[in-house]
Amino acid sequence: MATTVITREAGVLRLPVRETGWLSWLTTVNHKRIGILYLTTSLIFFLVGGILALLIRLQLAVPNNTFLAPDVYNQVFTMHALIMIFLALMPAAVGFANFVVPIMIGAHDMAFPRLNALSYWVYLLGGILFEMSFLPLFGAPDAGWFAYAPLTQNQYSHSAGMNFYVIGLNVLGIASIAGAINFIVTILKLRAPGMSLTRMPLFAWMTLVVSFLIVFAFPSFTIATVLLFFDRYVGTNFFNPAGGGNPLLWQHLFWFFGHPEVYILILPAMGIVSEVLPTFARKPIFGYTFVAYSGVAIGFLGFTVWAHHMFATGLGPVANASFAATSMLIAVPTGVKIFNWIGTLWGGRLRMTTAMLFAIGFIAMFIIGGISGVSLASPPIDLQQTDTYYVVAHIHYVLFGGTVFGLMAGAYYWFPKITGRLMSERLGKWHFWTQFIGFNLTFFPMHYLGIEGMPRRIYTYAPGLGFDEWNLVASIGAFIMGAGVLLFIVNLLWSLRNGPPAGNDPWDGATLEWSVPSPPPEHNFEATPIVYSRRPYWDMKYPEVAHEHGVPAGAPFMLHESGHTLHLPGPTYYPFIVAVGIFLLAWGLVLQVAWPLIIAGLAVGAIGMLGWVQQMAAD
Amino acid sequence: MPAPHRRIIRRLAGGMALLAGTGLLPACASPNPQSTLSPEGSHAAIIFDLYIPIFWAAVLVFVVVEAVLLYSVWRYRQRPGQEGELPAQVHGNTRLEIAWTVAPAIVVAIIAIMTFRTQAILASFPTDALNVRVIGHQWWWEFQYPDLGITTANELHVPVGRPVKLTLESADVIHSFWIPRLAGKTDTIPGLTNQLWFRADRPGIYRGQCAEFCGMQHALMGLRVIVNTQSDFDAWVRAQRQPATIPTTGAAARGAQLFLDRSDTAPKCWSCHTIAGTDAQGKVGPDLTHVGSRTTIVAGLLENTPENLAKWIHNPQAIKKGALMPNLGLSEQQAADLAAFLSSLR
Repeated sequence: MATTVITREAGVLRLPVRETGWLSWLTTVNHKRIGILYLTTSLIFFLVGGILALLIRLQLAVPNNTFLAPDVYNQVFTMHALIMIFLALMPAAVGFANFVVPIMIGAHDMAFPRLNALSYWVYLLGGILFEMSFLPLFGAPDAGWFAYAPLTQNQYSHSAGMNFYVIGLNVLGIASIAGAINFIVTILKLRAPGMSLTRMPLFAWMTLVVSFLIVFAFPSFTIATVLLFFDRYVGTNFFNPAGGGNPLLWQHLFWFFGHPEVYILILPAMGIVSEVLPTFARKPIFGYTFVAYSGVAIGFLGFTVWAHHMFATGLGPVANASFAATSMLIAVPTGVKIFNWIGTLWGGRLRMTTAMLFAIGFIAMFIIGGISGVSLASPPIDLQQTDTYYVVAHIHYVLFGGTVFGLMAGAYYWFPKITGRLMSERLGKWHFWTQFIGFNLTFFPMHYLGIEGMPRRIYTYAPGLGFDEWNLVASIGAFIMGAGVLLFIVNLLWSLRNGPPAGNDPWDGATLEWSVPSPPPEHNFEATPIVYSRRPYWDMKYPEVAHEHGVPAGAPFMLHESGHTLHLPGPTYYPFIVAVGIFLLAWGLVLQVAWPLIIAGLAVGAIGMLGWVQQMAAD
Repeated sequence: MPAPHRRIIRRLAGGMALLAGTGLLPACASPNPQSTLSPEGSHAAIIFDLYIPIFWAAVLVFVVVEAVLLYSVWRYRQRPGQEGELPAQVHGNTRLEIAWTVAPAIVVAIIAIMTFRTQAILASFPTDALNVRVIGHQWWWEFQYPDLGITTANELHVPVGRPVKLTLESADVIHSFWIPRLAGKTDTIPGLTNQLWFRADRPGIYRGQCAEFCGMQHALMGLRVIVNTQSDFDAWVRAQRQPATIPTTGAAARGAQLFLDRSDTAPKCWSCHTIAGTDAQGKVGPDLTHVGSRTTIVAGLLENTPENLAKWIHNPQAIKKGALMPNLGLSEQQAADLAAFLSSLR
């Protein structure tokens, strides 16, 4: 690729000039490159989280095991959850959204490309900071991802682990909130002419809903962690009962964020599945409006159910009944989605590609996660099932059987668009079946283990309680699942070099990303597309469908702007520099407190922001 | 609910266990010690009676929806020769969609009503209950019988058939009190007081353990509920109300002396533990007045034998890393003497 030389200078640093090489990735503001960075990074964190999961399963494979010491085990299960939630699944969904959504809606980039780059770098460096807690010098968070007070008070937590939690998650929160605002503006303001919200692809819809959830849910978590920060660093007593604080306050603030967070993790996968199913069924999504609005309904209701995580805390029957009712209500929009997906399959010509298998696997597994959720929503039943392996089974049917299967469907679906090559279908099917079998072998028995009385978060269990056999089965299943993930990696690497060329439109897709080359050119579209229906690219390809959609005969599909040229920001160092500043500042705070790092972080951050502003002014 | 009815439900529960996959296991004569499917007390049984119909509803929904999904995949998969064919472009069906919005709403409404009824039953506390104060500690349980003047640890004695009202508190972090076969869990939260009642229907020993993550040894915070006939329970109460009898000869006497020794070089057991009738009045660790009468030690971890006691006293950190009981640097002889003393406290 040629190296373009830009002579103009702006800000403190000379503008980056390379379009290839690592420096070009460091300075990119292009949504597709940032999407690839997100996807790659999240995959690496997914592997780290997966290795932790295998350590957990090794420890629990047999009773009275001493493979992991209790303090190590507690760090491992805490970090498994935190890494999977904040560093793997959320950013993977952001990666797909980054790459795909602007093209889907006919935009040339995100609304704020430089902010987009900042989100990514803050995520990466925040993730590295988080991983640094594994260094023996520090000690990782060890109080669970829910971090219930007062276990997180200095009195009970003796390592820097919870500092990493408090500071690290706030850093990651910056990335999430900035990203969410970027998506909201992009989706609301940059849609191609004719693409009303009711014509928008469902993945874009779900990205929009999730972005609003992030903007409304994260502040509650920020408040909780800032209060915890004061408790730990300054000796306040917000959550310390010995000083008059209330440990239940933490739980309310945490779950007001924590429950929507589950929907933040599942809704993007639902969006992906809502793209994949119609494509391979060669039919439109069944009941588009119901599918879109049920996503919105789930998002809203997600804020009304948080205390169903607290039925055993003694809130009283009235509060419990109210939260039970709202929680059960969520089963309605969820059921609607499942029925509409099945309706999409019904009467189609289903091409059983790997992407389709994962999408169908998603539905099949999510049904189980949804059903077990209803029993957990009933407070009396919850009193027996909460904090047992039944819940471990439930969340993994939602977040692995649901989210990960959905993300895998997305990977096989969009890999050709991202790289220009198809993934191996043969390896893909091996991948699907090992993952599907391994997953069910691991998590289905956990329903039974929970009902038979095995609590969660225990590093060992005695023999003779009826836990032995199914824990061993679960551990075997986990390694089969691990083999499935390995096959996925092999497939990615193999296909990157050897996959057959994909062309623009390998799946006969209906949305706009399939109308552009694979990989798409830098600014996606030569000319802005004009949209007449929910399947704009099918309108271009199939005149009979266009007719059915009511597209006027001879209507133009491209807007040929005259005179007006597209202005998008060029590559820049500043988002990375600001992110480094935030990283140093956060590191200094984690060390409770290292002033040189804090000062260096503030200085670097200030330089970065100054340059950023100057560059914006120069633009 | 009449007993035969419940037996039928249990049998159905057996079927459920089969469905859950246990069909592959040899049939167990006795239920698992912490199984929620074998309630022997009213609180757990009331929950069980709600769980069973909801479970079968869930099975029905699961089977029907998965069957329709699999059928549609099988029925409408693309067959050779159909490549490139465009099926009918159906966009939806409003009536159908309203129907499958209303149907799950009806199902969950029924489940909600059943839930509320059960909640009302669980929320009505029985009168004439035996009062017990439960205090969660990292990582053991303290039980106080305020009306009987008894304090004990990790083993809760109750009479069969009489309701027990628990007042739940915590000395440090949040724990959750759970004996699956007798009652659902309730958290013990520092600064707050929770309540829970249950009634055991059959004499026996019921195992439970802490269900809320509470730090390093959350896994080893077990407890036992020992359900006795009224007369056996009364006998236990009488014994527990006696002050400790301090032995005067042999290893036990040497142990007692060491336990109560207030000199600087002594292990100072008394600073953390209480033995009623002596000047050992520490409140940090479990009350040891009648520790010899318990069936287990270390929160249900070890059988209560002099050998295990000696092992524990000699090196608690090797048995339960992080436990608040420190290694006291005792010789094996000293540990054995203390164990002999404690075993004598029946």
